[in-house]
Amino acid sequence: MNKIALIIQREYLTRVRKKSFIIMTLIGPVLMAAMILAPVYLSNITAGKATKVAVLDETGWFYKKFKDQDKIDFYYVNGDLEAEKIKALANKNLLLYIPLPELNIPVNAELFANEQPGLNVSAYIKSVMKNIVETKRLMAVGIDPKVIKQTKTDINLVTIKVDETGNEQKSNTEVEIGLAYLAGFMIYFFIFMFGAQVMKGVSEEKSNRIVEVIISSVKPFQLMMGKIVGVALVGLTQFLLWVILTFAFVGIFQSGVMGGDFATIMQSNHGQMAMAQNNSGIDAAAFSQVSDVLGGIDFKVMIISFLIYFLGGYLLYSSLFAAIGGAVDQQADTQQFMLPVSLPLIFAVISSSVVIQQPDSAFSVWMSMIPFTSPIIMMMRIPFGVPYWQIAASMGLLVLGFVFTTWIAAKVYRVGILMYGKKVSYGELWKWLWYKE
Amino acid sequence: MTYLRALNVTKTYASQKALDKVTLEVPEQSIYGLLGPNGAGKTTLIRIINMITRPDSGEVYIDGHPLTREDIGNIGYMPEERGIYKKMKVGEQAIYLARLKGLSRADAMKKLKFWFERLEIGSWWNRKVEELSKGMQQKVQFIVTILHEPKLLIFDEPFSGFDPINVNILKDEIRYLNQQGATIIFSTHNMASVEEICDHITLIDKAHNVLNGEIHEVKNRFKTNTFNIVYRTQNELTSLLNPADFLIKKQEQLHDSFTADIQLLHQNTPNNLLQKLLPKAEIIAMQEILPSLNDIFIEVVNNNKTSAHE
Repeated sequence: MNKIALIIQREYLTRVRKKSFIIMTLIGPVLMAAMILAPVYLSNITAGKATKVAVLDETGWFYKKFKDQDKIDFYYVNGDLEAEKIKALANKNLLLYIPLPELNIPVNAELFANEQPGLNVSAYIKSVMKNIVETKRLMAVGIDPKVIKQTKTDINLVTIKVDETGNEQKSNTEVEIGLAYLAGFMIYFFIFMFGAQVMKGVSEEKSNRIVEVIISSVKPFQLMMGKIVGVALVGLTQFLLWVILTFAFVGIFQSGVMGGDFATIMQSNHGQMAMAQNNSGIDAAAFSQVSDVLGGIDFKVMIISFLIYFLGGYLLYSSLFAAIGGAVDQQADTQQFMLPVSLPLIFAVISSSVVIQQPDSAFSVWMSMIPFTSPIIMMMRIPFGVPYWQIAASMGLLVLGFVFTTWIAAKVYRVGILMYGKKVSYGELWKWLWYKE
Repeated sequence: MTYLRALNVTKTYASQKALDKVTLEVPEQSIYGLLGPNGAGKTTLIRIINMITRPDSGEVYIDGHPLTREDIGNIGYMPEERGIYKKMKVGEQAIYLARLKGLSRADAMKKLKFWFERLEIGSWWNRKVEELSKGMQQKVQFIVTILHEPKLLIFDEPFSGFDPINVNILKDEIRYLNQQGATIIFSTHNMASVEEICDHITLIDKAHNVLNGEIHEVKNRFKTNTFNIVYRTQNELTSLLNPADFLIKKQEQLHDSFTADIQLLHQNTPNNLLQKLLPKAEIIAMQEILPSLNDIFIEVVNNNKTSAHE
C-alpha cells in the first residue's frame, strides 16, 4: 500500500473514531433538524385547538363582522357583562367586550381570557375593528370607502437581474443575503475548525517526538500532506453526515412524532402565516415570491462551489497551519503565528457586510479573486449571481494559491519538525525557506 | 568489506558547520560506535545516512553504490528523539509503523507476534500506549525499528532513559541481530555505555572526524604502557624501581596486599618490570591498563587536534 495512503488512513480513522467526532456528528444534525422543525411543530401544537371567542358587542357595529378563522371561532352573546364573562371563561373561551362609548365611536375593547391569547387572535380582532370603524368614519364625512380602496396602491418592487446573455431572473435580496451569510460563515468555520485540527496534529507529533521515527520511513512532505488530506476527508465526512442525518432526523420526526405529511404541514403553516400577515397588511404573494427566488438561485452551482471553496480554502490555510504546528515547540507558542495567518480570513468576515451590500463592486470582485479571502467572499457573492468566468478565475487563483502556500509550508515544516528548544522568530522562518534539503 | 561509506560529507546550518568533510567506513556486520560529545554532529550525520537531510557536499555509499531512496527500506533507525502516538493502541501502532516501512499487514503481524513474545510484552497488544511504562514504550520502539529486518541498524543514544535491566536486554538483542548479519551503528556521547559492545569506533568532535579505527587497535595506539600490579612485599616500591625507567603513577594498600599502576619508560617491557620486582616481592596479579574511550577522547581533543586526522 502506498505510504501516503497509509498516513491518510491513520489520520482519518483515529479522528472519526474519536468520541468527540461522533458526538459532534450527532449533535449538529439534531440542532439543525430542531431549527427546521421547531417552528412547524410549535405552530402545529397551537393549531390543534381552535380558540372560541364570545363577542359581547354593546355598539352593534360588529355583529357578524368577525368571521370564523382557521383557529378562531366567534359567537355572539347578548347579556350582562359579568354573567357572560363567567359563562365564557368557564368554558375556557374568551370574551370580547366592546362597550358603548360616549362619543358613539367605539375605539376601546376588552378581551377577557384565562390564559394569554395568541397574537393572531388579538391581531385579527384589531384589524377587523379598525376596518369597520374607519369605514364608518369615512361614510360619516361623506367619502365612499370604495374610492379609498381604489386609490390605495401597493408598490411591489421586484428586482430583475439581467445577465450578459439576456436571461432575466427575479431576485429578492433578503433571501440572498441570508444564503450569502450562511455560506460565507460556514466556510470560515470549516477552515478554522479543521485547519486547527491539522495544526494540533502536527504539533502533537512534534512534541511527542514521533516525527523523526516516521520521517525515517517517509518524506516530511508525505507526512504533512497525508495529515492534511486525512483531516480534509474527516471534514467532508462530517459535512456529508450532517446533511444526511439532518434530513433523516427531519424525516423521522415528521413521520414518527407528527404523524402527518411534512409537506402539508409546511403548506398549511405557510397558509396560516400568509393569512396572519395578510391581516396585518402584507401581501400574501410575498411567500410565493420567496419560493420563486429560491428556485431562481442555482443550488447546483452553490453546492459545487461550496465544496470547491471549502477544499481550496482549507488546503491553502491548513498547510500554513501545519507549518506553524511544525515550527513551534509547544501548542501554546502557536498564537504569535496564528494571528497573521488568520488575519485575511478575519478581514474577509469583517468586510462581508460591505460585500453583501454591493456584491459586484470592484472591492468585492477583488476580494473574491485573492485566494486568501476568495473562499469566503466568493461564497457570499454567488447567491447574487456571479459570471462564470469570474468563478473560474477565482478558483484557478485559489489552486495557484494553495500550491504556493503548500510549497512554502513544506519548507518550513521540514526544517521545523526536527528543531527543538529554539524560540522561533520570523527571521528564523525566513531562513528556513532557503535551507537546502 | 565496507558496508557503509561516507566520503567528505559536509553540512552547514545557517552559519554553523555541523559536519566538515567527515569520512568514515563501516565494515559489514560490524558494531560501529559513532562517538562524540553532544552537538558534535553525530545526529546530522545519521540524518544524512537516513536521507532525512541532504549533505551540502560529499557522498554516501551503501553496499558499494551511492545511497538512494530505495536503500532507506534497508535501514532501521531509532532516533534519539523517539516517540510514539500516545492515543493509539500498542499493536495497531506497531502495525502502522511497520507498514510505513513497507511490510504487508500479515507479515507485520507475524513478525510482531514473535518479537512481542520474545521481549515479553505480548499482553500489552491491545492497551493504549499512554498506559505503558517508559521501559515498555522503548521496547516497542526497538521492535518497530528492527522489525523489517534491515541490514543496517542505527541507534541514536539507544540507552538514554533505559533502566539497567532493559539496557542488558537490548544489548543482547543487538548482539543477536548482529550475529544474524546486521551491521549496527551506535551513536552516543556516553562512551562507557558502548565500549564493551563496539568493535569499531569513530570519534567526532566539532564537526570533524578526529579518530577512527578498530577498537583494540585504537586502544593500543593510545595505550601508555602502563601496568597494574597487585603484590605483597616488606619493601617500599620506590626502593625497588628506578623512577627513570618505571614511573609509579598510583599506589594503594589493599586488605593484605598492595596495588600500583606503573608506566614503563624507555622501551622497558613487562618482563623487565617483573625481573626488578620478583626478587623482593610476591606478584599476585599483573594486567595492562588500556585507556578507556573516554580517556582517549579527552586526550585527542585536548592535546592534538590535527595529528588525529588520518
